Amino acid sequence: MSTTTFNRREFLKTSGTVSGGLLISFFVPASAKRFVGKHAAADLFPNAYLNIAPDNTIKIILAHVEMGQGVWTTLPMLMAEELDCDWNKVTVEHAPAGKPYVHTAYGIQITGGSSSTWSEFDRYRNAGATARMMLIEAAAKKFNVAAADCRTEKGFVIAGDKRASYGDLAGAAATLPAPAPGSVKLKDKKDWQLIGKATKRLDTKAKSNGEAQFGMDVHFPDMLTAVVAHAPVFGGTVKSFDATAAKAIKGVKEVVQVPTGVAVIADHFWAAKQGRDALKIDWNYGPGENITTNTQFAEYRKLAATKGITAAKAGDTAGTLSKAAKKINAEYTFPYLAHAPMEPLNCTVKISDNKCEIWTGTQMPGFDQGTAAKILGISPEQVTVNTLFLGGGFGRRATPTSDFVAEAVHVAKASGKFIKLVWSREDDIRGGYYRPAFLHSVNIGIGADGLPAAWQHRIVGQSIVDGTPFSGLIKDGVDGTSVEGVNDSPYFESIANHNVELHSPKLQVPVLWWRSVGHTHTAFVMETLIDELAVAAGKDPVAYRRSLLKSKRHLAALELAVEKSGWNNPLPAGHFRGVAVHESFGSYVAQVAEISIEQGRLRVHKVTCAIDCGLAVNPEGVRAQMESGIIFGLTAVLYGEITLQKGRVQQRNFHDYKMLRMNETPVIEVHIVDSTEKMGGAGEPGVPPLAPAVVNAIFAATGKRIRKLPVQPADLVKG
Amino acid sequence: MIQLTVNNKVVSVDADPSMPLLWVLRDVLHLTGTKYGCGMAQCGACTVHLNGEAVRSCVTPVRRAENQSVTTIEGLSNDFSHPLQQAWQEEDVPQCGYCQSGQIMAAAVLLREKPDPTDADIDDAMSGNICRCGTYPRIRKAIHRAAGLQKQGGAK
Repeated sequence: MSTTTFNRREFLKTSGTVSGGLLISFFVPASAKRFVGKHAAADLFPNAYLNIAPDNTIKIILAHVEMGQGVWTTLPMLMAEELDCDWNKVTVEHAPAGKPYVHTAYGIQITGGSSSTWSEFDRYRNAGATARMMLIEAAAKKFNVAAADCRTEKGFVIAGDKRASYGDLAGAAATLPAPAPGSVKLKDKKDWQLIGKATKRLDTKAKSNGEAQFGMDVHFPDMLTAVVAHAPVFGGTVKSFDATAAKAIKGVKEVVQVPTGVAVIADHFWAAKQGRDALKIDWNYGPGENITTNTQFAEYRKLAATKGITAAKAGDTAGTLSKAAKKINAEYTFPYLAHAPMEPLNCTVKISDNKCEIWTGTQMPGFDQGTAAKILGISPEQVTVNTLFLGGGFGRRATPTSDFVAEAVHVAKASGKFIKLVWSREDDIRGGYYRPAFLHSVNIGIGADGLPAAWQHRIVGQSIVDGTPFSGLIKDGVDGTSVEGVNDSPYFESIANHNVELHSPKLQVPVLWWRSVGHTHTAFVMETLIDELAVAAGKDPVAYRRSLLKSKRHLAALELAVEKSGWNNPLPAGHFRGVAVHESFGSYVAQVAEISIEQGRLRVHKVTCAIDCGLAVNPEGVRAQMESGIIFGLTAVLYGEITLQKGRVQQRNFHDYKMLRMNETPVIEVHIVDSTEKMGGAGEPGVPPLAPAVVNAIFAATGKRIRKLPVQPADLVKG
Repeated sequence: MIQLTVNNKVVSVDADPSMPLLWVLRDVLHLTGTKYGCGMAQCGACTVHLNGEAVRSCVTPVRRAENQSVTTIEGLSNDFSHPLQQAWQEEDVPQCGYCQSGQIMAAAVLLREKPDPTDADIDDAMSGNICRCGTYPRIRKAIHRAAGLQKQGGAK
């Protein structure tokens, strides 16, 4: 398997690299054809991202996967803009695992980091423009005119009174040499017809009539269903098991041991699950049994009292702090969080004749291909990965260990059967790969001007990337995903003395990126503390931020949210507002939350959101992602908590790991800053500001600072 | 053998009577539009109509459907003409889409019983259906839009 590493943060910090060098490897070798299954000799197949058939079908192949964030529509918009095809004739397909689909910035095939649109902005436009150029050349020959005398319109090349459809020209165009890199010209922004226009999703119909195929829906006549009994404690292993009762269940075909537990294979899920319930397993628990949430935080607290590895440092923090007349000392704790995508994890595997075929919803098909090959002792080329729609990802389907794919391959290998592995909801909630639990300890010295003069900040939590192929993200001992949002805080530009340190304890609980990663906790700490400082200084929280922030994009988002929310307007009795602004994944998002507390219950009435993501390729998609991020963030504020007792996860399904529901959903207004700045992401940046905006509003209502999520009933009583 | 009508077609299935209707639909009849999300009536992804009423098929033993009529998302309309489907498209509702079959089947019963639902009616009818992507604001708008379409005599 490739161990190429990428540095998301580093990339996002290096401006200008997005455009420019990407015309590069857009042309793939002739062998590209093998990466995309069915196509006829008469098809124009100019590159690995596009196939035009004689029947005028325009098939666009996605290097990124659709998991709700809308790339099924946004990437085709980029291609179609330059190809000048009929938007209604566009069909879309996920790419298989393969070199042409490697991320333009990260070097591996991945959908993550809110990066799909900006990272494909040049590649997909170029792919469309190249094909258009080849079609024009083919038409020029056919019409016996100069290419310069041809124009295109909605899937036709036109010269004077002559006209040919792209489908008619595809065969001839396919025989032409590809234009030299650099000879392909992209449209001027002013000529865009799709980019920047609110465009409806291309997958809505299939997702509203039952036709959309998710990994869970894969079916073959000779396929069986497998479920695996996992150890009740992370890191536990099977000591012995008795499958007699399981095998007696009608429909159960086989029971096999795999590295992660005991698999029951049956005709269908119901029989497999009943079989699993009937298993008798004796486990070796190992040290995972020693983990209990309360004692874990006590250990983290002890660590926070000691010096950690430096993540950011400037001035004389300790000296300034000791002289400060006014201080804030605060400790924050954040629980483990499960992603809980609506589609439980699953993976279908068929092994035959030194070949392996996989069907699943995955954010990293290349990794999964490599993992399967390694388990089976074959080459990655012998493994085919078919990616279906993902019923939610949020990071859970991007495991560096390919955990559920590896498990499915092991089950297929051990049993010799063609199987679909299905995780139950309980398997998902209890299966680990959580947002790590974190503790922050912060000491702030306040200057005579009411602004922070010294900021001492220690963070304690497991590293997501340590021990994985992504460990290159650890620089000088610091996992950037643990400190992002603090070590690079825009407020530090105005705080001469600051010091950020990190402790990364190792525990058996598997951890992973969870929609917006480190920003899930760092934005909360920074934005609630800034609010607290504003109150201590007797300043309006918005005015106070203005006095500290030098970043104009933070300010642009903040001012727009403030204006649209009517920040300075009076509120109905019993209603309160809170604000937060935070950058993540290259986008700047401000949110104003309006809340009330009624009979001890928090009600979020409205969230006004403003985002500066640079160019919004599909503004409707950006709005949808902000709504989505806000609801995802609010779920964590109200409910999100995974706890362990002697290593056992105490939650198991949606009754005790709750999700926000329709009746709790606020009115959401999204405004997009008219921006020509560098493009950022949309999938994740809506999440981080929500929790601090809500909790700052709760402070306005109660006078109480909340330093632990999720919010507890006692937090809502006036202090 | 258990006989039931699914989307106006009579079928016979060889299944344990206690097997949830969900798994009969998905794993025996291969009607995969109906989704598994929780298995304990918490999320609504498995919502189908049993004699016109919305039920959670993950906790409905197939014996309850014996000689009864079941409608799944595949049977809601033949041609995407249901006002809810039209409205879902207009309001750009789905994201990952996994929960949407259940959302639409729950909303269909609401619209039949309350052709002009208020926001409170929508909260009551739809709060049993979880959407992890948070499409709730769009679902709400789409239900109102579908109510309008229905009043005009259905979608085109």
